[in-house]
Amino acid sequence: MTNQEKYIAAFTDALNVAAEETAAMQYGQSVAWDSVGHMRLIANLEDAFDIMMDMDDIIDFSSFGKGKEILRKYDVEL
Amino acid sequence: MWNFETAQEHIAAIDDSGATLTYGQLAAEGRTLAGHTDGRCLVFCLCRNDLGSLLGYTAFLNHGIVPALLSAELDRGLLRSLLDSYHPRYVWAPEGTVVAGGACHTAYGYTLTKTPYADAPALYQELALLLTTSGSTGSPKFVRQSYRNIRANTDSIVKYLRLTADERPITTLPMNYTYGLSILNTHLDVGATLLLTRYGIAQKGFWSFFKEYRATSFGGVPYTYEMLDRMRFTRMDLPSLRTLTQAGGKLLPSLHEKFAWWCRDTGRQFIVMYGQCEATARMAYLPWERGIEKIGAMGIAIPGGRFELIDTDGSVITSAYVTGELRYRGENVTLGYAAGAEDLALGDERGGVLDTGDMAKRDDDGYYTVVGRKKRFVKLFGNRVNLDEAERLLKAQYPDADIACGGRDDRLVIYGADSAPMDEMIAYLAAKTGLHPSGFAAKIVAAIPKNDAGKTLYRELETPDD
Repeated sequence: MTNQEKYIAAFTDALNVAAEETAAMQYGQSVAWDSVGHMRLIANLEDAFDIMMDMDDIIDFSSFGKGKEILRKYDVEL
Repeated sequence: MWNFETAQEHIAAIDDSGATLTYGQLAAEGRTLAGHTDGRCLVFCLCRNDLGSLLGYTAFLNHGIVPALLSAELDRGLLRSLLDSYHPRYVWAPEGTVVAGGACHTAYGYTLTKTPYADAPALYQELALLLTTSGSTGSPKFVRQSYRNIRANTDSIVKYLRLTADERPITTLPMNYTYGLSILNTHLDVGATLLLTRYGIAQKGFWSFFKEYRATSFGGVPYTYEMLDRMRFTRMDLPSLRTLTQAGGKLLPSLHEKFAWWCRDTGRQFIVMYGQCEATARMAYLPWERGIEKIGAMGIAIPGGRFELIDTDGSVITSAYVTGELRYRGENVTLGYAAGAEDLALGDERGGVLDTGDMAKRDDDGYYTVVGRKKRFVKLFGNRVNLDEAERLLKAQYPDADIACGGRDDRLVIYGADSAPMDEMIAYLAAKTGLHPSGFAAKIVAAIPKNDAGKTLYRELETPDD
């Protein structure tokens, strides 16, 4: 799996959405991406990329796009 | 209920846009709002953690109007069926909410709408407030709370938490949920400043609001603390934070320990509490000074309250460390339930005594520990297995798995998302309980259903074919 595929898979698994829906997703905009979904998503990403995110990044992770920027800080190329 | 006139200039609430309401404004705006009603009647309040919602709730309670608190996010179909069952005279809802009837007043983003129902339900004279027990499921069952219930519980909580006007609690729970509401009730009573936010703790907006307005405390249900733990909360720099309270279910002892130690090391107070909507809000608290010594316990009865443990034969248990059903006595024990409009005329059905349905035991020092729900048991091969205990065992072993334990009669079912290692969990539980794995089953679900406050909704989990 490429990093891009892993990134999308983290969303589809945590938020129960189809891969093509992930790119437009934002925290709070869908029922699935609530606080419960958010913590599942973060756990998935940390497992997939073997990273430990800082709290500031966890709470800043507000959309599919913003998440890519944040992961760059952890040397994850997307 | 409250006298807002004593601290007119003091700020009662700040929302996350920075807008404020002083106690004087809250009193004046409340009088205006109440003046647009026909007096004592039933009002549905669709709540959010914002100024308009706070204004409506306090105005109604202070002027003898009975609010039923519901989530503003409540499913519209469920709202319609509640309206049809209870025929409230008014609905107080965020502007733009579609409600049948005529708008009669708008303030702070909320509109009061007079409903078309001609027949108003009769209200018992002491009835103050209606709250649901289940959050977002839209169950037509309400808990009936009296003015005396709210006053008694508020006085106890203010006393044992030693609340003062210097407090600035930040909202983490919905105000239509008993625990969230008790934080509002008690802090308004001492003239403190509420920080109202619609952001959740996993959002940046919450923490910037927290820091900007220097929140001094917050409350959390077990799920809140599980999240804070995963977010590495203890690394955050929050100099204004003094007190963390926990209620709404039993916290994993490992997390209780972790937060109790962190609070002790950083000069804060971590206070575990116990309560139910049926007892207005609180029944017990664990004094923070003993938080570490009594990990896993929920404490002692609040001032004015008293516990008893009842054996299966109905007798009162007198020895320590014997499990029985927890019974509570106090002025905060609510009037009873309402299943429909006609029940709003009912008086006090409980007489100050509440059988909590929780199984608990007491230690030598008189501290109580909840060990499970009375009815949450299965019998595997003749052995009674407490489903809450089983769940805690699994959560302690698999902290990242979102799971719940259910089942019926002679079968324990582990519900989990498909990422959870279910077979491993069955083997683990079987080993822990010393029972054969064939008594356990696993069922994959999309997500564990939880209410607004993060409590697992077991009834929704267990479909009839289980």
